[in-house]
Formats: sequence, C-alpha cells, structure tokens
Amino acid sequence: MSLIKINNSRCKSCYLCVNTCPKGLIKKSNKTNRLGDYLVEFEDKNNECLGCAMCAKRCPDMAIEVYKG
Amino acid sequence: MQQVFSIPKCMKKDFRYTFCPGCDHGVAVRLVAELIDEMNLQEKAICSTCVGCSVFLYNFLDIDCVEAPHGRACASATGVKRAQPDKFVFTYQGDGDFASIGLAESMHAALRGEKFSAICINNTTYGMTGGQMGPTSLMGQKTTTSPNGRNADYYGYPIKIAEHIAQCDGTAYSARVALDTIPHINQAKKALQKAFEVQQQGLGFGFVEILSSCPTNWKMSPEEAHQRVREEMIPVFPLGVFKDVTAEGGNK
Amino acid sequence: MNNKEKVLIKGNYAIAQAAVNAGLQCYFGYPITPQTEIGEYLSGVMPDLGRAYVCAESELAAINMVLGAVSTGVRAMTTSSSCAVALMQEALSYACGDELPVVLVNVMRAGPGLGYIYPAQGDYNQSVYGGGNGDYKIIVLAPSTVQECIDYTYRAFYLAQKYRNPVILLADGLLGQMMEPACFGENPYPEVDVSSWALTGAKNRDGRAIYSVGPDEKKQIQHIYNLFEKFEVIKKNETSFEEFETEDADIILTAFGSMTRNIKASMKVLRKKGIKVGCFRPITLSPFPHDRISELANKGKDFIVVEMNMGQMYKDIKYAVEGKTKVDLINRPCGEWLSVEEIVSSVEKIVTERGLAYATSV
Repeated sequence: MSLIKINNSRCKSCYLCVNTCPKGLIKKSNKTNRLGDYLVEFEDKNNECLGCAMCAKRCPDMAIEVYKG
Repeated sequence: MQQVFSIPKCMKKDFRYTFCPGCDHGVAVRLVAELIDEMNLQEKAICSTCVGCSVFLYNFLDIDCVEAPHGRACASATGVKRAQPDKFVFTYQGDGDFASIGLAESMHAALRGEKFSAICINNTTYGMTGGQMGPTSLMGQKTTTSPNGRNADYYGYPIKIAEHIAQCDGTAYSARVALDTIPHINQAKKALQKAFEVQQQGLGFGFVEILSSCPTNWKMSPEEAHQRVREEMIPVFPLGVFKDVTAEGGNK
Repeated sequence: MNNKEKVLIKGNYAIAQAAVNAGLQCYFGYPITPQTEIGEYLSGVMPDLGRAYVCAESELAAINMVLGAVSTGVRAMTTSSSCAVALMQEALSYACGDELPVVLVNVMRAGPGLGYIYPAQGDYNQSVYGGGNGDYKIIVLAPSTVQECIDYTYRAFYLAQKYRNPVILLADGLLGQMMEPACFGENPYPEVDVSSWALTGAKNRDGRAIYSVGPDEKKQIQHIYNLFEKFEVIKKNETSFEEFETEDADIILTAFGSMTRNIKASMKVLRKKGIKVGCFRPITLSPFPHDRISELANKGKDFIVVEMNMGQMYKDIKYAVEGKTKVDLINRPCGEWLSVEEIVSSVEKIVTERGLAYATSV
C-alpha cells in the first residue's frame, strides 16, 4: 500500500496533479485555501496508489510527499 | 512505509515559491535542488542569480548566491568561477536574461569555455513584467507588446538558444529539454546532471535550455499551457542534445 | 624588483604592479585608451602567478565579472576610461547595494560621448555622484603622481574590503601615460577578514545571499539607512586631503588629481609675486573634505578651483564654503593641461578684478 500526503499550505491550486495521477486518485476538493481557491484531495478507497510519485514530480510547489509501501 | 518523494534537503526551510500557480519554474528549481543533493554539491555551490521571475532563487535554495544585474549572470559566474575554480558554479536565468539582454555575456562565456553550468528557462515571454514579447516569442504569438501576434516583417524571429550555444567551441554540453510531461521532466533532470558533470570534469561550458510554461501570461490553464509547449514550442524548439563532448565521437 | 628602490615607471604600469602587490587575484578588462597598458601588463604577469586574467567581451561584462569574483572574498578589479566607465554605472550601483568590494580604476579621457584621448577631469561627477540608480556612495581616490598611483591602489583594495564598498581610483590620461620615479615599497595595509560574508559554499553554515533589494519594504528602507550610516563612518575615518601654506593665505587654490601638481607650482610663483596663496587638494573626492573647507572659509579664505572640466568640483567647493567667502573657477574642458603660467595669470586677473587687498609687498 502506498499513499501521498498533500501539504495544503504549499498547494497553489494549479490542479496539474489531478490529471497526472494514472489512477485518478487526486480530485478537486471542496475545501479552499486562504485565497479562496479550491484545494485538491487524495482519496484511495481501494488501495490503488502505486507510489509512482508522478503527482509529486508534476507539482511545481513540492506540496506532495509520497510514501511507498 | 518508505518516503520516496520529499522536498530536497538543500531547499530552505519553509521556503515559499513566489512563482504563479502551475509555473514550471518550480519544477526546474526542484530538479536543480535534487541534483545538488544527489551530487553532494551544497557545500561548494555558488549560484549567480538573474533578474526576472527567478530573481528570488536565493530565498528558495540554501546555498550561496550572488545577485547579478539583468543579463549579466554569465559574466558574474565567470568572475565567481575564476576566483574559486574548485567551487560548483551555476546560473539560473530566463530567456530574456540569457538570450536577449545578456546574449553577449552568455555566448562569450560559452566561447571562452567557462567551466560553469548555465540554465535558461525559455517560456517565450517576459514573465515578471507581465508577458511582453521576448527573444524566444514564437511567430504569431500575441503578447502585450505584440498584440497582433509576432510577424517577421515587424518583429523578426525567435532565437534558438541551445543550437547557438552548441556552435560555440568552448561549449562542452548543450541540450534543450521540456517540462510538459513526466518523461520530459525525467529527461530534463538527466540533461541538467550532464551539464553539472561537464563542469565537475572541467570540460567546459554546460548549458541546458528548459522549455517551460507560463500559464499566467499565456492566459491559459496550467494543463493548456503544457499542451502549448508540446504543440507549438517543441516543433520550433526541438528537444535534444546539440553538443556533448563526452559522447562517442566527441560531439553528439 | 627591489620594492625599496625607486624606478622610473609609467602611471598605468605602476597601478597594475601595485594591484598585483596588493593581492589582485582576478583581473577583468577591455581595452580603451589611455589605460590599455594596465591590461596589457597584467596579461603578462597574472598567468605566471597562477591568477586569473580574462579579456572580457565588454566593459559591461568586465565589471560584472569583478562583481562575481569579489563576492567570493578575493581581490579583483577592472580598469577603464571615461566613456567605458559610463557603461559600468549599473554594476557600481549594484556593488553598493550588494556591499561588494569592487575596485575600479578610471584613467580619464575627454568626453562627453566618445570624446577623445586628450587628458581631462570630466568624470568627477560620474565618479563622485555616480550614474547608477538609487541612493549610493562610492569611495573615490584621486592620485596626482605616479607614486600616489601606487599608494592609492594599495589603499583602494584595503578600503574596498574594509568597508565592503566599491572604490574608484580616479586617475587621468596624463598620469596614466606619464613616467616618473616611484617606489613600490610594501603594501602597508593589513589583510581584511572577509570570512563573515564571502561566498565560498555553504559548508558548516547556512547559504548566504548577496543582493541589493528585496520585496520586504521595511528591510529595504533599513538597508539604505545602513549603507549611509556606513558611509558616515567612512567619512569620519577616511576623508583625506593635503594642504600647503593655507595658514596665512588669502586665497586657496584647489584642485584634484594631477592638476594638483600645477597649483602647487603656481602657488610658489604667486607667493613670489606677493599674493598670499595656499593650496588645498582633496585626496578622497568622496567622502569629500567639506568640513575642512568650511573651516578655511570660516577663517575668511577665498577659493579658486582649478580643474580640467566645466566646473564639477567647483560646485562641491561652493557647497562647502556656503557663501561665506568667494569661490572662483579656472578651467578648461579637456586637452592641454592648464599651465602654471595660465593659472598664475588667471589668478592675477581675478585679484585685479576684485580689487581686493590680496597683494602685499614682498
């Protein structure tokens, strides 16, 4: 099992990670940052995350940490 | 569970990028930082920073940095490297800085075979000042100073930086990479590593031109901006290694 | 070369060798008459010493190479002349903002524009007030002899590092091209510890950044106040000048750089003619010896400024005198140096016109 942690204080809501995840596990969230932009959230109900770190490599702001199980 | 991706150690604690959302600068700086960690360069790195979007690089990287006036990063880096030949010296510049106002300094550093590495972020516009036409703006590109699109009669042509730098005899390595896809990001890191290695080996000038997006000034979403890199920039600015003295035959 | 021996040497070569003696580690330059011999000389000497010599592609590049080199704590310099020094003004502004010990030698020629290689002193304003942006101050030393070219070159490197401030050695074509006996001696100044700020890699410490401006307004404002406080210290410690026979003088001839030679000679002639003349010569054009000039004016002494420009230092003397006494100007924009005869007759004319009781029986 692998997972990612999204650091909301670093996220600038560019959503590049959303389309990068090969499993589609990152979605726009209903939560907003201090500027009112919608954040993203990671949801992996079926333990699909590969720990491939593509989302983290794509993220321009290093808001994603990746843990591989 | 093992952490397989984290912020590079040589990034400053609690650094805050001042780049716009979705800007590829963030990825480029991260690749540089990862290589500084991996190649164990933090204690000997000195960066000559430029004027433009990357002007605050010294706020992100926990290494020694000296500010150069606009366009003069390669001159300043020449001074640093000549004074401290054992240090690892690099510049991080935009296309306006490297190839417009600083073209003479950049090209002469390459011609002299200065043993430092230069990184140029090409996003076909002056980003910091709000999207004016730059030396790399594409034909037809609308900017705030080419509102009807760049045409040759009126504005002339964009410069192909990596090819020009490859023409200089003092250049040890010159490549163009992009950051629009994960495979391209991986390639970009390899190219940067090579540009750093030729410096370490004392072979000459190492150069990497990085095609980057500027969603804000292109007035596109970050996704659309990457699509533009793929569909409009790469056909004009082909990716590849234009010179590599370490390769078989000494050139390509 | 025996350092204690006097040698017959050209000003440009004297500056170059003095820089080497002072520990010049990197030289960056671009040719321009009348200072080209400095670069030529160093191109022979530096490689043999294992030091760096770079033929820069422009003056713009040369001064920015100096900026990079000195940021690592070594001694570096560039040398140039008037219209090319104009190209360097941006970097000088940066060097002040960045607090970098840049040393620049300006062997002046005539301007404006390309001008010509006639000797001139038209860069007083460019050096003292600068052509760069923002509030900044540069230390400016003006030699008048080949010996002083040597002495002030030593001093320039020392002051630059001691105060982390750019220093301009303001010579002129006359000095650069003139041969005179001079002695190199030993560099009299101590080493300056640069370890607290020099960029040498973030080993056992955090990364250091050298920059002039940031997005933090309060910090920026404080930075400029700090720079000016520093210059007050420089003014207190380093302001230097020379004066001759000012005590009983009615008129004080004032000049800088190599014109100093002719006012000293004129003073002797005028004294013989019964006009009580003294000489005052700022060595540091910046910081300028305002206070001493003000004191002399308080004692009722009039001033005559002699310079090879349209009256650039003249304004500073007037500013220091504050209208307390009279200030006149004897000048020529460039070309043949004002001779002793010309200066003497001009002074006599001023004395006659004023009809003042300067003249006393011999």
